[in-house]
Amino acid sequence: MTLVAATIVSAFLMPLAYMVATAFKDPSQLTAVDAPLYPAAPEVFVYQGKELKVYDVPTPDGTIHAWALLQPHREDAIFIDPANPGAGEITWIGRPRTLAQHWAFSLKVDNFTAAWETIDFPRLFLNTFGIAGLSTVGAVLSGICVAYGFSRFRFPGRNGLFILMLATIILPFQVTLIPSYALYLALGWVGTWWPLIIPHFFANAYNVFLLRQYFLTIPRELDEAAMIDGAGPFRILRSVIVPQAVPAIIAVTLFHFFWAWNEYFLPLIYLQGKPDLQPLAVGLARFNALYSQQPTLIQAAAIMAMLLPVVLFFLAQRAFMRGVVFGGVEK
Amino acid sequence: MSTTQAAIEPLPTSPRRRGGWRAVRERESLTGLVFVAPFIVGFILFSAIPMVASLVLSLTDFDPREPDEIHFIGLANYQQMLTDPVLHESLGVTLRFALLVVPLTLAAALGVAMLVNSKLLAGRNVFRTLFYMPMQIPLVASTIVWIGVLHATTGWLNYGLEAVGLPGPNWLQSTFWVGPALGLMGLWGIGNMMLIFLAGLQSVPTELYDAAKVDGAGSWASFRHVTLPMISPVLFYNLIIALIAAFQYFTQAFVVSNGRGDPDRATLFFNLNLYREAFGFFHMGYASALAWLLFVIVLGLTVVLFKTAGSWVFAGGERCPRWPGRSAGRGPPRVRSATTCGDSVRSPR
Repeated sequence: MTLVAATIVSAFLMPLAYMVATAFKDPSQLTAVDAPLYPAAPEVFVYQGKELKVYDVPTPDGTIHAWALLQPHREDAIFIDPANPGAGEITWIGRPRTLAQHWAFSLKVDNFTAAWETIDFPRLFLNTFGIAGLSTVGAVLSGICVAYGFSRFRFPGRNGLFILMLATIILPFQVTLIPSYALYLALGWVGTWWPLIIPHFFANAYNVFLLRQYFLTIPRELDEAAMIDGAGPFRILRSVIVPQAVPAIIAVTLFHFFWAWNEYFLPLIYLQGKPDLQPLAVGLARFNALYSQQPTLIQAAAIMAMLLPVVLFFLAQRAFMRGVVFGGVEK
Repeated sequence: MSTTQAAIEPLPTSPRRRGGWRAVRERESLTGLVFVAPFIVGFILFSAIPMVASLVLSLTDFDPREPDEIHFIGLANYQQMLTDPVLHESLGVTLRFALLVVPLTLAAALGVAMLVNSKLLAGRNVFRTLFYMPMQIPLVASTIVWIGVLHATTGWLNYGLEAVGLPGPNWLQSTFWVGPALGLMGLWGIGNMMLIFLAGLQSVPTELYDAAKVDGAGSWASFRHVTLPMISPVLFYNLIIALIAAFQYFTQAFVVSNGRGDPDRATLFFNLNLYREAFGFFHMGYASALAWLLFVIVLGLTVVLFKTAGSWVFAGGERCPRWPGRSAGRGPPRVRSATTCGDSVRSPR
């Protein structure tokens, strides 16, 4: 069973292996016919000051030797054994033209440095952090406030408002897209980060729902105790609710941060033609369009773009995956 | 949505006394409203007003390059939809893709969930994490990786097919194969569905399987008659999310075709077409009408699914369980009936 699962998961994650292998290859290896899948370079052997190409040479006893070609002829050739050059010249009968080159494992990091410079990664990273970070701050703060309001206070129309908030989940964002764009255009905000940050300071249904559900499980006796000590609603939120709800707040923070890191459509339309302000997702897609003929460069760029989210995910995966189930299925 | 129950369900009573104390209650209302204010203001600013405005814009020929040249043109945009061949094509592309990718991802997610739920599997948490992980890769990056893997001559998928003697198609350049290619890519997005299925599977009481075994049920029969009905609420939930996501499909199609919908409009999904109308040709009036068409389709599908849900979703008439919170201990919390419990919904956004 474990073996079956391991096979399936290997096939499932095969593209990642492709990505890593390609990113470390020399571009010429992609088009070479006899090249191996792993990053490698054709081996050469320096013999008496000359660079000799190394070939995989089969001998009649069935073994294959990696020998350096010294002198090719039509129907035979003279080789040197790089492992034992002192043994001298070896004459081999066969057509040297049919032989395949011998490839030795070799990693190229040039792709990474080239991609890093071409695409201006440091700037894209800073932009992504800026947009994702600021919008996450807004989403988490406003989410906590609204969730606190819904879970701890009675006011007229509370149920109606809560249903209304949940209903916004099925409202496709396209419906509000064009008027919002027109508004931001009128405000002069198109071409700035504002349209990507400001709306998140007004609470999002997913985050509020998850936080509210969690807040409801915090015993009210704690609020009351704080109230008797003279704490006001804001103080209770800060020193009772928030410390008790740390797991839910972490989950919401991670969700929002990853979402913002990933977001493509809105940065694409609001930061079109502003490469200095664009986040990683938009920059990477632009890069992909420009260099689609150079897979080695593009795969190196893809690795750099996904490294941080993937590492963060592995570090926080337990909180993260629990959050998915809490938010998605749990009442 | 059945989200109503979530809110109608009795709300926790205030610690304060109910009667008398009018001033106290008024203050409570006020405080509550202050805390909820960000949502109210945000809803008005970013949902309500834009919705109305978008409906109005859909009756005009608004072009952001000439905002003063706006004309009221009645239902002309809606009439144009009836005869717009590109729109019809994009609807066809989206619909065919939904028919392929929704069953595919549902089946894959359920299969993987059953696999990583198996008692016979060593290191189940490792496998769960690995199957979930691709979801965390930024979509543009994962699409780029797949573009490489699906390359006709240097991609590893075709190497693999060649190795077993099958001719590998030119995945992304063929109008026929590009759909299945995007379907394959979609498999990297099964993470959330898998976890939700897993929670559903873990909530099936083992006694039911024991009883089925006593009745002589084999593994298929117990899957068909125990597992499927018991997880039908989560299946239903995942189905809705997957359908909505299929109609919102954009990023992958954009990256694969550089926003053009190539080859030959085979990746011109509904949303990509809307994007091109709005931000390529600046037909923003028409694009607003398209957005409303999308809304009607998504809403219609949701309503139809909820209408049919009664015949196949087994809710068992249970009351919704309360949020287990920190008392639930480790591992995914137990789930009983997601649909009756206001499935609201962290969609795989």
